[in-house]
Amino acid sequence: MTTVPTKAKSTAARKVGRTAVPRPKRPVKAGRLFTPWLLVVPALIWLVVFSLWPSINTVFLSFTDARPLSSDAAFIGTENFRTLLADPQVWTALLNSVIYMAICLPVLTVVPLLLAVLVEKKLPGITFFRTAFYTPVIASAVVVGLIWSWMLDDRGAINGMAESLGFVSESIPFLTDRWLLLISAISLTIWKGLGYYMIIYLAALGNIGKELHEAAALDGAGAARRLWSVTMPGVRGTMILVGILVCVSALRVFSELFILTNGTGGPGGEDNSLVMLIQQYARGFSGNLGYASALSLLLFLVTLVPMLVLARLNRKGAR
Amino acid sequence: MSTGEKVLRYVLLVIVLLITVGPFLWQLSTSLKGPGEDIYTATPTFIPSEPTLQNYFSVADAIPVWRYIGNSLLVAAVDVIGNILFATLAGFALARLRWRGRALVMGLFIATLVLPGESTIISQFLTIKSLGLADTLLGVALPGMISTLNVLLMYNAFRQIPDEIDQAAVVDGANAWQRLRYVCLPAVYGTIAVVAIFAFIGAWDDFLWPLIVLQSPDKLTLTVGLQYLKGTFSTDQRLIAAGTMIAFVPIALFFGALQRYFFRGVEEGGVKG
Repeated sequence: MTTVPTKAKSTAARKVGRTAVPRPKRPVKAGRLFTPWLLVVPALIWLVVFSLWPSINTVFLSFTDARPLSSDAAFIGTENFRTLLADPQVWTALLNSVIYMAICLPVLTVVPLLLAVLVEKKLPGITFFRTAFYTPVIASAVVVGLIWSWMLDDRGAINGMAESLGFVSESIPFLTDRWLLLISAISLTIWKGLGYYMIIYLAALGNIGKELHEAAALDGAGAARRLWSVTMPGVRGTMILVGILVCVSALRVFSELFILTNGTGGPGGEDNSLVMLIQQYARGFSGNLGYASALSLLLFLVTLVPMLVLARLNRKGAR
Repeated sequence: MSTGEKVLRYVLLVIVLLITVGPFLWQLSTSLKGPGEDIYTATPTFIPSEPTLQNYFSVADAIPVWRYIGNSLLVAAVDVIGNILFATLAGFALARLRWRGRALVMGLFIATLVLPGESTIISQFLTIKSLGLADTLLGVALPGMISTLNVLLMYNAFRQIPDEIDQAAVVDGANAWQRLRYVCLPAVYGTIAVVAIFAFIGAWDDFLWPLIVLQSPDKLTLTVGLQYLKGTFSTDQRLIAAGTMIAFVPIALFFGALQRYFFRGVEEGGVKG
């Protein structure tokens, strides 16, 4: 069709299309119209009550001085946002997030792919390895945090090993130094995330035809060459998706930092993340829900950036 | 595959195994060590020389661990059942039924995926509070009872059922419920297992949300209760280790029991979202 059809025309066209294929006439039962809604309504209510409304309400709240223990909140305009922009804690948290992303993004986009290639081949016992590699994913971030606090402790396993091997004479302050603490939390996030992204890649690898690998092998391509020229292009879309997921989860990090710092945010609160700040303002008598909401809005805007990048890359890919 | 490649693959597999599972085994070993053993030596031994279960009993003296397990199980059960039931129904309606408003509802579900849960947590807390559910386990469980991601996973699984099979049931006069029960449901068991696993992990492992909702010490879930171990017993690593193992073992068993369905579900393409 060259002209843009009017609404009336297009429905007429659809009707013609429908009568073109003769179908037995059945009376439209009330159930047919009603059932889909009946099925979808519980999920829809949840969506509205626990997703849609809270996100709209967050915007309202961010312009108020709502407190955890009092019910009335006064409209205070953009004060929360002005405070936020002048708050050095916020800038530190954002800096931490950027460092988090800069390290997590390359590592968690590439290493899980290599792991997926490693466990893809059906070898005896491979299910055991797949399951074992997934273990850190299913463990609670609290459990993982507690395990790693012990490993990274001044007298813990890693310092113990480093000392007995003679690498260091004094224990490394993994949990008390501002930068080492951040690096420790990042390592923990990476360790916990490997299995998750491996599984996503594993699903994607199944879609690459075996013939491509066989043809490349016949042409004399080695394993590394096939990884680069067959596997990587084959999972390009998944790599982009994983990269975005890694970025978003790096911005949302909370539990690892909370446990490693005992909830303090590290020396002088310098290892806080945005979510840790939100949590600190949400709890206790001195809490400030309005300010926490403004921080939430900032978190949303920041995570929107990688999402928009994904949308853009997807559109390019489709073209 | 040549023998050389096989050996290389197994060597790599074992190295990754040590990295991923090693810390858990180390923690397990610490939790079994007796009070007379030096767990702080520079050259730590892996096998406990005085193996004991005493640390596990001592955890129960320090925090009401059985109660916390019960609380966590309750929250997890509500979320698993809710997600299996309602995500299946909604996913089916979106994927296999034709109705006015479907595109709009679908768009809403996809749009809310963009929202990071942490950014709505304050307002969510106020919603729970206005429902009178602050500091209750129901308040912890309620928001996770139906998750958008699970609805979309089920939608994806239902959509992959070939149209002909479904159409045959329509011609035979099956209504929507019968098509769901007898035709479509058996084809998506793998994805339902994935949904169950995700819901259980999400509820059992969650930390931030129960931390914000709960105040009373006797209502805490296991993850929130555990962090008190570190505060109270920072001097005895054996107890903390036993506590983490108590939180870790149930979920490891749950996953171990369902892992076959999980990996099958992954291969069905359920996880790609």
